[in-house]
Amino acid sequence: MAQSYVLSHLRALEAESIHILRETAAQFCNPVLLYSIGKDSSVLVHLARKAFYPGKLPFPLLHIDTTYEYPEMIEFRDRFTKEIGAELRVYTNQEAINAGANPYDLGTAKCCHLLRTRALVEGLKEGNYDAAIGGGRRDEEKSRAKERVFSFRDKAGRWEPRNQRPELWNFYNGAVNLGESIRVFPLSNWTENDVWRYIELENIPVVPLYFAKPREVIVRGQTLIPLQSNVKIFDGEQTETVNCRMRTLGCTPCSGAIRSEARTSGSIIEELVSFRRSERENRVIDHDQEGSMELKKREGYF
Amino acid sequence: MSITTQAKTVTLAHFTAPGDELPLLRMSTAGSVDDGKSTLIGRLLFDTKTVLEDHLDDVSKSKVNRASRGLDLSLLTDGLRAEREQGITIDVAYRYFSTARRKFIVADTPGHEQYTRNMATGASTSDLAVILIDARKGFLAQSRRHAFISWLLGVRTLVFAINKMDLVGFSRQIFEQIREQSNTLLSLLDDVHVHFIPVSALDGDNVVIKSERMPWYDGPPLLDILETARPSIDVAALPLRFPVQTVIRPDPDFRGFAGQLASGHLRLGDEVTALPGGQKSRVARIVTFDGDLEEAFAPMSVTLVLEDERDIARGDMLVATSKVACQAQTVEATVVWMSEEPLFAGRSCLIQQGPRVVSARVSRILHRWDVERLETRVASSLSLNEIGVLEIEAAEPLLFDPYRENRATGGFIVVHRISNLTLGAGLIERESENISECGPLSPEERLCLRGHSGAWVDLSKVQECADALERALLNVHLHVVRTEQPELRRLGLIVLTFGLHEGTPDVVVDGNDLRGAIEAIRAKTTLDTLHAFGEGEGI
Repeated sequence: MAQSYVLSHLRALEAESIHILRETAAQFCNPVLLYSIGKDSSVLVHLARKAFYPGKLPFPLLHIDTTYEYPEMIEFRDRFTKEIGAELRVYTNQEAINAGANPYDLGTAKCCHLLRTRALVEGLKEGNYDAAIGGGRRDEEKSRAKERVFSFRDKAGRWEPRNQRPELWNFYNGAVNLGESIRVFPLSNWTENDVWRYIELENIPVVPLYFAKPREVIVRGQTLIPLQSNVKIFDGEQTETVNCRMRTLGCTPCSGAIRSEARTSGSIIEELVSFRRSERENRVIDHDQEGSMELKKREGYF
Repeated sequence: MSITTQAKTVTLAHFTAPGDELPLLRMSTAGSVDDGKSTLIGRLLFDTKTVLEDHLDDVSKSKVNRASRGLDLSLLTDGLRAEREQGITIDVAYRYFSTARRKFIVADTPGHEQYTRNMATGASTSDLAVILIDARKGFLAQSRRHAFISWLLGVRTLVFAINKMDLVGFSRQIFEQIREQSNTLLSLLDDVHVHFIPVSALDGDNVVIKSERMPWYDGPPLLDILETARPSIDVAALPLRFPVQTVIRPDPDFRGFAGQLASGHLRLGDEVTALPGGQKSRVARIVTFDGDLEEAFAPMSVTLVLEDERDIARGDMLVATSKVACQAQTVEATVVWMSEEPLFAGRSCLIQQGPRVVSARVSRILHRWDVERLETRVASSLSLNEIGVLEIEAAEPLLFDPYRENRATGGFIVVHRISNLTLGAGLIERESENISECGPLSPEERLCLRGHSGAWVDLSKVQECADALERALLNVHLHVVRTEQPELRRLGLIVLTFGLHEGTPDVVVDGNDLRGAIEAIRAKTTLDTLHAFGEGEGI
């Protein structure tokens, strides 16, 4: 037996995530995969295809559309889901949009609460989903470090950090009563670096916004905001053309780009090694107040 | 030709690690409050340059700083608001860091006694445990508990980090004393690798870099030990265990059993046995999205096609025919109780072993562990964070290997039938001997077996309703007797008396409100009164 029976790091993560996705499909009546169009979602969908091959995806993809997303994201979403034959469902908090919700008048925190958090809770309720699979990772933010792989939500969709089910070995308790649900995080043990290395290894398509090219941006403090039709330019602000890329994707006014020359996943991995700042730094919403991600999660944010 | 019959193939090298890659190390940390555990992890993250600048900025801006000097590194890992305010870690948090040699997942668990369950959770997936000891306080009962629970859950490398050496003048004598204090404990734990390291997490001595302030210590710093530690058990070398998670059948030509190898390896043509049931077949295909394989090993996730049509479903297990797993309905198991609601014998519950869920009942509590003295005690109940040995009777066979031989198949979780909460974690030891030994019934056992407690019902005032009352109580399956011996209530009977006796009846029926009388009796005898009863009403 000359062969060494040791899985590579990425294959071990892959095997664990596939196991979690299969548990989700088997334990719930009506699961859904929350598809945010970002790189983690791309990886998640890829893993789900592997988990049920040669069968089809046993659950639909749900996109919570804030209507403030980059047009490239929507194009990518429609093409990618069609190519792999997935069922795409889209939910928007139309009531809030009709009432004029936007980040400029309401501030990013309130806008995000209405168009993401509320929309997500309402979208899950409307679809009557008992499990929602998300791409959250424990390395992203401190309050996520304590998140379970199967994370219980009460009837109102709330997360109660003090009252989580103990999770031992790889045994996932997904039992729920009517109206309760579980959020499932198959990428819990992945880091940002693992995600990019896996995208490269498996050649997984991602939104081109992740790769550097010259873009017209507004320089707002430390943050570069790519110019889009729905981005407001404040008095005294100038636009300039900068070689940049997005490290995370979100709404146009809330997610900034970083200066970068990385045009391929390989060069992004090299760039990450030299990075000394976290990927969510350019997400305006996480920094509204100390512990703000935990507050959002308690309300139902992913 | 359909997609399901095309077999593109792939070699095992597609999945295996390159020769020089060390497998990921899963470790847990445990320590009492203020042992400096969060600081130690913060130090590991900081010195291995895993901490990102904006997270450090957050720490330096934070309103809290408990460090006597410099940055409070513990804030890097204390995530939740309540913890920041109280300075304690209240739940298992997972951290990720890597060095040029290896990647690590740290289960950071709280030290408080009331968080034994979190400690067990962190240990359940760990290969190595770092146990923090405050050099000023020495080897405490808490340190013993941490080491014992880690060992019980299968952690086979224990690293005792004697912290705060800077506060005891880097004294070799104190370090050696603590080593000696641990000897009694370590003599009880077999099959472990043990390391002792003197450190100062605050200043970084012997964490990543060898300290110059303790020249008498000739061992490696902590990170060196972590970088070279071996996993507890080589799971691929154990017998094949393949719990079936789901059956994939996209078209009538394809029927595959999807799952993750819990242990062992398999090749095309290998004979496997399906448990329970024992039907045999051979492996016809090992299917993955990337292509068919000729062999696979734990912990790979694959889909197996067998040569013969077999009635196999989620929750069944495919095992090596040459060494099948145990199959039993009554087992003895060590259980860590994780619920606020105490466990009594007779309790009904669900037992979940990965994808297999069976209905079960705790038939006996054999004993409880006194984890601080490492002795067993007679017990009639298990409270939150207590560890005991139970006998469990399942309605269908449990498929297992003894936990000490195989962590992947020897464990289970206890799930509440109604609230669905995870109540405890079990480690199966063996199939239970037949219950021929019959000791005296404990009051709690009697309660649980009868389903209610006893009561003395005084009917001296309205004897004429006795027949209706007896009938009504029997209808709801209560154990009723008519006798002039009120003390029989202690055996869990509902005693209807007509004469006058000394003592206080539980219920006095003095009118014709039969419904009211029944409600009063039921209220006195429901199992909810069991807690007060357990606290020593004295039988």
